[in-house]
Amino acid sequence: MGFEHFWLSGFDQVHAAFWRYLEVGLQNGAVYAMIAVGYTLVYGVLGLINFAHGEVFMCGGFAGVFLTRGILGDRVATGWGSVGLVIAGMIIGGLVSAAVAIGVERVAYKPLRQRNAPKLAFLISAIGASYFLQTLAGKEFGYGVNIFPGAVFEPGKVMFTMFGTQIDTIAVVCVIAAVVMLVAADRIVRATKLGRGIRAVSQDAETASLMGVNIESTIMITFILGGALAGAAGFLYSLNSGIVQNAGTEIGIYAFTAAVLGGIGNLRGAALGGLFIGLFQSFSVPFSFEGNVQWTEIYTFLILVLVLIIRPTGILGEKSGRTA
Amino acid sequence: MSLISPANLRRLFWIWVILAIVAVMTGTSGNNSTPPTTGVHGSFMERVSFFGLFATWRWLLFVALGVIIWLISSAYRPRARQIHHGVDAFMALPRRLTAKRSTRLILMALALILALVVPKFIHESFWMYLIVEQIGVWVLLALGLNVVVGFAGLLDLGFAAFYAIGAYVTAWFTGALPMPALFHHPIPTLWVIPLGIVAAMIFGVVLGTPTLRLRGDYLAIVTLGFALIIDDFVETQSGVTGGGLGTSPVPHPVLNLGFFHFRWGLSPTPYYYLCLVFIIIFLAIFTSLEHSHVGRAWVAIREDEVAAESVGINPLKYKVMAFAVGAASGGFGGVLTGGLVGIINPGLFTYQVSVNVLVLVIFGGMGSIWGVALGTIVIQTVTSYLDNYQPWGYQINDLYMYIGALLIVMMIFRPAGLLPSRRRAREFAAAEGGEEIHTDEVLTGEQP
Repeated sequence: MGFEHFWLSGFDQVHAAFWRYLEVGLQNGAVYAMIAVGYTLVYGVLGLINFAHGEVFMCGGFAGVFLTRGILGDRVATGWGSVGLVIAGMIIGGLVSAAVAIGVERVAYKPLRQRNAPKLAFLISAIGASYFLQTLAGKEFGYGVNIFPGAVFEPGKVMFTMFGTQIDTIAVVCVIAAVVMLVAADRIVRATKLGRGIRAVSQDAETASLMGVNIESTIMITFILGGALAGAAGFLYSLNSGIVQNAGTEIGIYAFTAAVLGGIGNLRGAALGGLFIGLFQSFSVPFSFEGNVQWTEIYTFLILVLVLIIRPTGILGEKSGRTA
Repeated sequence: MSLISPANLRRLFWIWVILAIVAVMTGTSGNNSTPPTTGVHGSFMERVSFFGLFATWRWLLFVALGVIIWLISSAYRPRARQIHHGVDAFMALPRRLTAKRSTRLILMALALILALVVPKFIHESFWMYLIVEQIGVWVLLALGLNVVVGFAGLLDLGFAAFYAIGAYVTAWFTGALPMPALFHHPIPTLWVIPLGIVAAMIFGVVLGTPTLRLRGDYLAIVTLGFALIIDDFVETQSGVTGGGLGTSPVPHPVLNLGFFHFRWGLSPTPYYYLCLVFIIIFLAIFTSLEHSHVGRAWVAIREDEVAAESVGINPLKYKVMAFAVGAASGGFGGVLTGGLVGIINPGLFTYQVSVNVLVLVIFGGMGSIWGVALGTIVIQTVTSYLDNYQPWGYQINDLYMYIGALLIVMMIFRPAGLLPSRRRAREFAAAEGGEEIHTDEVLTGEQP
């Protein structure tokens, strides 16, 4: 197969199923955006990459999945039942993830922060936390077994047909929920007192504490906010793909790529970056050599590496300290 | 009595929380073949799952254990400071005892003799094989990563990539890849050793030059990204690398000096000696590097990059050098694995391998060559034992849970490692507002 042919067939496929790729891209992008915001918020406040954030996402996904499975049993939800289940799953996922995020902060970061330990120590203990959570989930819920949240929607439920493409209800729900959550997070950070505290701490923690901002509680709120978004994202992700113990690693790296792409520390940048990565991955599927889907991963990691090497401040510019 | 004071009761609560986590960690695994089924009773209350903590009477044991630990610790609380000092003094014992050069030489000689006679005591080929594959190769890897993380202070999460390069270069030159060997002429495995080392070093330079300008956490992510790319690439390119199934067998090395002919076969013992020779070589090289001007430059960069640059040290040059030097021993580890294992597949070089090597370095003590070597032997022995005997319901995958917990605990209580390098321990203390670092030691080098 010649290289030219490879490109042409790729574009042919995109042409044939443009709206399908767009739908999948937006759906995944919404999830990535919600996780990326967590990375960016923590980076703004603590100045470190929360390596365990992917696992926070995974825990939320499991919580939501078990809740809906428990409620539904063998039944199939319809109408308002589906809506209620999605909201309940997102809430419980968000709560559990927020709790896990606080746990990670308390156990893996706080003791080190109090000793003013070097950055290397934070990275290592974060990797430890991520390993721990991932393996514990694997031990309890099985390794490599995707668990689905039961029939929250009727199987293959189509919301509407656009340009000859049937748009899944799940995709629409994911995008709407993500937009609502992201706008809420943006408002919280920009327009409330809590958000002002977060922005103040990311600008200059010491001065902020002199001005009466409680740094410890601000850090806690940041982890709660990021964790809640990631947990809700975990449930949304599991609607389509199910949740598995090592989902956090892969999705976590994609979301981190998104955060870096948008300029880490920049909330809106992270959201846009997430959307971009989702679309990019979806549209790169037809360009996989020999139809091997792993090429999508390679392309994404290439973006990560290239952005970090060429422009580590991201497309929109690193804003840690200015607008959080 | 202050036993039931609020502070003391809070301590009891936290002891219970920690023990609950331990109870879950050591408890029965969830049922992997059938994931938690539908319905409330299928998932939440499943006897074997996470939520089944209270399904057996085991929890009572842990509650009682918590009370016992609490009582003992309460009794010793007034003397906490003393105990703390005692523990510190005990942990510093190996450093103190080896303060004299003569003692160190004697210990080294003893260690060498012990290493030479180990095969005499181990008769089962299986265990000998494990010693080479699980300890020998990993000591090489850990020593290599120690140069990068310990000496130069760069967090590399993709160290397995160097290992992979060494192994795949071996497969390539010996003609074990689906792709024909270079110049269509396979060469003996033993001759690949220098080639594998050089290839890994070149790769270290190629990888390091663009990435090492980045800050610490970004560097970690970039190295991780590269490792994942290589991993995926190796798996997708089955026409070149054999893909997920692996290569065809790499031939066993043969030494032919005309008058002397030796063939490494299925028996692992000759590999053991080959590995030992190279471990000693790398130990010697790394120790002398540590005390050379290169080692001092690494210390300077690690402690304060801006200051190092202002006294004329080119940080990038020395960082790339650390990558290349570390890659050398990783690359050799790969060649050795190629000869020993034969069939090379991507499963040998995953992200988990990189993190495992990092754990060995941190456990032994970043920057402390002997600490890393000893720590590797300890951890790898324990994990090999656990994996092969699986005592107390232990399962192979559980290992990573304990590794994660170990990393956190080490970072909280003993960030400089089990057998810390003296300088590294002081850096950690200094960063935490303790002792000052004396700059003249940077210039004269660490002379323990």
